[in-house]
Amino acid sequence: MRPYDAIARLGAAVRSRITSLGVFTRFFFQLLARSGIAVSRPRLVSQQVHFVGNHSLLIIAVSGMFVGFVLGLQGYYTLNRYGAEESLGLLVALSLTRELGPVVTALLFAGRAGTSLTAEIGLMKAGEQLSAMEVMAVDPLRRVLVPRFWAGVIAMPVLAAVFSMVGILGGWAVGVPLIGIDPGSFWSQMQDGVDVWNDVANGVIKSVVFGVTVTLIALYQGWYARPTPEGVSRATTRTVVSGSLAILGLDFVLTALMFGNG
Amino acid sequence: MSSADNAQIVLQFSGVSLGYGDFTVLRGIDLQARRGQVVAIMGGSGSGKTTMLRAATGQLRAQAGEVRVFGQALAGIGQHDLQRLRQRMGVLFQQGALFTDLDVFENVAFPLREHTRATEAEITRRVLDKLDAVGLRAAAHLRVSEISGGMARRVALARAVVLEPELILYDEPFAGLDPISLGITARLIRDLSDRLGCASVLITHDVAESFAIADQVYLVGQGELKVAGTPADLQRSADPYVRQFLDGAPDGPVAFHYPVTPAFERWLSRREQA
Repeated sequence: MRPYDAIARLGAAVRSRITSLGVFTRFFFQLLARSGIAVSRPRLVSQQVHFVGNHSLLIIAVSGMFVGFVLGLQGYYTLNRYGAEESLGLLVALSLTRELGPVVTALLFAGRAGTSLTAEIGLMKAGEQLSAMEVMAVDPLRRVLVPRFWAGVIAMPVLAAVFSMVGILGGWAVGVPLIGIDPGSFWSQMQDGVDVWNDVANGVIKSVVFGVTVTLIALYQGWYARPTPEGVSRATTRTVVSGSLAILGLDFVLTALMFGNG
Repeated sequence: MSSADNAQIVLQFSGVSLGYGDFTVLRGIDLQARRGQVVAIMGGSGSGKTTMLRAATGQLRAQAGEVRVFGQALAGIGQHDLQRLRQRMGVLFQQGALFTDLDVFENVAFPLREHTRATEAEITRRVLDKLDAVGLRAAAHLRVSEISGGMARRVALARAVVLEPELILYDEPFAGLDPISLGITARLIRDLSDRLGCASVLITHDVAESFAIADQVYLVGQGELKVAGTPADLQRSADPYVRQFLDGAPDGPVAFHYPVTPAFERWLSRREQA
């Protein structure tokens, strides 16, 4: 009996994963199908952009600054070996716009805004607020989740742009006033070397994809959380773990697709 | 029954059985609520009163029998039709279920914003009017986290009635209220039914207040409808179950123990085998 039990358990686990994936995909399409409210009542979305975006701004800007400082120092250390320290501006800008801006912003967003979205939806469920809404003939998916979803999708590229901008200023602060690199070379090499479509636009596409992924995971975890303190706390943890893994995995796939031939 | 009489019936249960999974909480329930009537559904804790409310709102489907709201059967009803019926109902939840991301004013304004095209001035007037009726006009600007539990229930009451619905379901409207708020809330429920001509269904175990305002009382217990009648009929009843409930006597037919369910028996047999 034992080997059969093991196979049955494996089968059950695989089926459960596939079911979860199906439920997750259906949840995504349910949100898309109800997205008209984001157009008909844009104020609902702008309120949520303020909530998820503005409240994440400080942590994003401060993190961007420190990442820029470190890129300035590490970049100078490497480039100096080849006498190419004048290219520091280009290295900092490319690292941020192509990779670190979208990825680190998405990771921070998952920890800051994603967890609060999951906890908020989970606690609304626990407090019967979502049932109350349903009984008032208001669809909670449409009224509560859709504005939050689009707010996350809109906020993420803006936050990633802020992160990259502050990061470049951080790299400049270390490279130019501190180390003494020529400011003209710092900025002109950056302008010459960064391509709007290959570098900046692809970074924006990445952050939009991460925005969809992280916000969707956060809302899904909140919506399906068990309506108890323990259930909500587990869902919040899952948002960070699944969100972070999804960002890193998708980053690899997107990088391979976008820059594979570059 | 004449068609005019039928039109008066807002909520009707006919031989309804309700439960969750393989566990039936209530069997063979017959109930009617008419326009302008206050109907109290009473019973001990866990007797299935809230389950009846969930059946009336279409959140729970009947295992047997028929639930009709505004003359329409809820069994097999489409989501769109159910939404239309729900727009004509107001529900006061046991815990209030106020939206914690909105302040007191916006909570009461919520149904107006979702279901009407009222102007901002009209919304302000109607919301403040309803908040005034529950004594909380000056609390309109407060956040939900800043008000007490009793105040939250009064805000929830204002929200439930702001659209002036044709059927209002109150789940434990008197729980957690101080004696003054309790008396005012009871009068408000009666006034709303008289003024709007709506049917009010109260789920409660507060005998004194509900008997003071109810036209019809249904007492449920032991998985069935024990008795139905006017408050005076129940007061005169010699039924031991009714007497124990109304007099609050410790001894009598009302079971103190939670009934054994198939799920419990399975759980117990698993524990005994382990």
